[in-house]
Amino acid sequence: MNTSSTPAVPAAGNPPAATDTAATRTETLNIEGMTCASCSNFVEKALSRTPGVQRATVNLAAEKATIEYAPGQINRAGLKAAVEQAGYGVFEPEAPTAPGVLASDEELAERKAEAYQDLKRRFQVAVGLAVVIMPLSMLMLWPAMMSRISTPVLNYVLLALTLPVLAYSGREFYVSAWNGLRHRTASMDTLIAVGTGAAFLYSLAATVVPEFFHQRGLMPEVYYDTTATIIALILLGKVLESRAKLKTSAAIKALIGLQAKTARVVRPGGQEVDIPLAQVQTGDEVLVRPGEKVATDGVILEGRSALDESMLTGESLPVEKKAGDQVFGATINKTGAFRFRVSKVGTDTVLAQIVKLVEEAQGSRAPIQRLADKVSAVFVPVVIMVAIATFVIWFDLAAPEQRVPLALVNFVAVLIIACPCALGLATPTAIMVGTGKGAEHGVLIRNAEALEKAYQVNTVLLDKTGTITKGEPAVTDFVVASGTAPATVLPLLAALERQSEHPLAEAVVRYAADQQADTSAPVADFVAHEGRGAGATVQGQAVLIGNRRLLEENNIGLGAELEQAAAELLAQARTLLYAAVGGQAVALVGVADTVRDTSAAAIRHLQAEGLEVVMMTGDNRQTAEKVAGQVGITRFFAEVLPADKAGKVKELQAEGRIVAMVGDGINDAPALAQADLGLAMGGGTDVAMEAAGITLMRSDLQGVVTAIDLSRQTMRTIKQNLFFAFIYNTLGIPIAAGLLYPFTGWLLSPMLAAGAMALSSVSVLTNSLRLRGFKAN
Amino acid sequence: MDSSQILVTILGTGLIGFVGWFFFLAPHQVAAAVSSSSGVQQVDITVKGGYSPDVIEVQKGQPVQLNFYRDESNSCSEELLLPDFNIRRDLAPFQTTTIEFLPEKAGTYPFTCGMSMLRGSLVVK
Repeated sequence: MNTSSTPAVPAAGNPPAATDTAATRTETLNIEGMTCASCSNFVEKALSRTPGVQRATVNLAAEKATIEYAPGQINRAGLKAAVEQAGYGVFEPEAPTAPGVLASDEELAERKAEAYQDLKRRFQVAVGLAVVIMPLSMLMLWPAMMSRISTPVLNYVLLALTLPVLAYSGREFYVSAWNGLRHRTASMDTLIAVGTGAAFLYSLAATVVPEFFHQRGLMPEVYYDTTATIIALILLGKVLESRAKLKTSAAIKALIGLQAKTARVVRPGGQEVDIPLAQVQTGDEVLVRPGEKVATDGVILEGRSALDESMLTGESLPVEKKAGDQVFGATINKTGAFRFRVSKVGTDTVLAQIVKLVEEAQGSRAPIQRLADKVSAVFVPVVIMVAIATFVIWFDLAAPEQRVPLALVNFVAVLIIACPCALGLATPTAIMVGTGKGAEHGVLIRNAEALEKAYQVNTVLLDKTGTITKGEPAVTDFVVASGTAPATVLPLLAALERQSEHPLAEAVVRYAADQQADTSAPVADFVAHEGRGAGATVQGQAVLIGNRRLLEENNIGLGAELEQAAAELLAQARTLLYAAVGGQAVALVGVADTVRDTSAAAIRHLQAEGLEVVMMTGDNRQTAEKVAGQVGITRFFAEVLPADKAGKVKELQAEGRIVAMVGDGINDAPALAQADLGLAMGGGTDVAMEAAGITLMRSDLQGVVTAIDLSRQTMRTIKQNLFFAFIYNTLGIPIAAGLLYPFTGWLLSPMLAAGAMALSSVSVLTNSLRLRGFKAN
Repeated sequence: MDSSQILVTILGTGLIGFVGWFFFLAPHQVAAAVSSSSGVQQVDITVKGGYSPDVIEVQKGQPVQLNFYRDESNSCSEELLLPDFNIRRDLAPFQTTTIEFLPEKAGTYPFTCGMSMLRGSLVVK
């Protein structure tokens, strides 16, 4: 790897391998084309001579150049150009762990488009010829016509028309089947190749040496129409399949497409320049105007605005942001202009992490797929064996004059109707559409197993703080002593608390702002009394706010009236702040964690879907009971210590329940991991929560409803698909083998079999794509 | 039963047996990974109607780099799945696609095409 002594050079493989020291930057390039030591010396010299480069060392064995340079004078592209000018190449590795992250692979897309065009051409040729071959083959139905045309001539014409269908349109099947045989693997192509190949070779023999058939009392029948039509129909299926498949991965493309193309960076001199996103670096200052997309993740330096973050979190209402708040790439700035400092670029951004998570989920395998996988693994060889058995049985049991055509036709029909594709596509396509749809709603599913578990869940355990409630204290009661006006006290308290950073102080300031109190009164002599509260002189009056001890230490009595109010509030499980002005107790501030507006509705929704919702909290019984009552929960665990959370999950599991645990993902990781399904509320910042199977980007229980609904719909789709695929094959193959013939006289034409086979995989795909219509409640 | 029927029956039965042996019982091509100087275990795999080699042996705890060269444009092999490592990747025709991961537990992990038809296995020791 890297031999440079410069500290903290990232491992090769991360393209922007650069580190900043005070004034220089170090970059590592992978050099191609160096064969000997003189080459490496040459590259080293060429780089050292480049303006802006301070030091360059080239390692021949590692094929790497480590370059120290002044970023103001030259950049990575310039260094690359210098190497190329010296006659060598620079290999830019794609980061294999996160392909397509923020750069969808255009070349791959191009090749796919080419392959699709080619497929369409081959399909058109097959259809064009099949349309001619079919009526010509049916001429024998009109004896008057047949008497004028000689059968051998007609057969040769048909042969000439069928050959291009095989050699051009169907070539891929034969090549692929042959390649597969060399690896002892068999796929759908093997079935098609053997099926159409058998029909064609028989017809070819009947055309070229009809006497051979006549001598044995057989009619030299030809099956050119069968061969051509099968190929045309299978290609039709493939064309439809390719089109549908593109849509299953549309979600990832849409996510990648969300990112901004450029950023308006403010240079140190104050100059504003638009630069491509790829050149933006951490620490840069970026300007965002109303209506623009935020280029990448960062922290607002100045300005305020409302941002639409729905593309990341699923939250449809714009979010207010001010200086110090985080902003995320790909979100849209609605109202104000602001300047932010870039904190993350490229694969570190929230958007990139979402893309990576969705990609990984789409690559995972659902447990429900296991049976289908086992069947697919042996499917094709077994079908070939069944087809051979069909041939033998028909040959042995049919009337002598009919035995060859019947055996052949049924042999081909069995091979052609069998559709392993439907089995193979049933689960993954639904998972791909489902996980993509989840990301659209701010529900990030870690893997297919989590999606499957969400479907089985029958109990939802909610960690109260941060899920049902907002997890931040808010003022619920403001009681003033008689003879004092709230409007005069609140501004004083808020002005004091503005100086403090305590969460309870912030709650008071927020409350004052909501009450539109003026908090700008001048504050002097601010003192924070650790663990007790704070005091200061506001508008010339001594103001104290804090716990009871703070007042006691200052020898301030509460008075009977406030004493009684305090007892009442404490009984309601409020946290109390005691306030005194000028040495007199004047007010009580009751603070509590408040229930989110959406919690009750979401819980009702879960209960309506037959899930039992249980709450868990560290609060005392009284508080727990009150919150539970507020949101309609009947069963709860109170006074649960953080360390016991996982134990409570186990307790529910011991009752035979399948438990989904919903937490904020920070202090309840063990419980999330213990649960059958962990759902973490990310609050829009931390995407990759290891312990959670599902991460909710929006801090809202509605996301739990969405996740469970989505999982149920996806699983339903998978079950429909698997049912269809299994039923289709278990019914189709025996019918094609002629099992119904002794009872009903039914035989399946190989052409119908081809039609059924083409439609079966397309219908599975189409069913999966129906998930794209999923709507969150 | 006439002679042709007896012949077809014998040939058919033999063929069924051969197909079973050919696909299920015949030995596989095994390859062990080569460790590069940087400690990455590398294996080159050709994708053409199947994976060759189709059994790959690697050591656990060391990063693995699988280079899949897709030597065909047939759509069957266009996707590669290594589900135990959450990998689903499109393989571009006539190009090498590199997949990297870190196997931490010993075991046998299948890799397949998008429809589970083409199969190979990764043996972590």
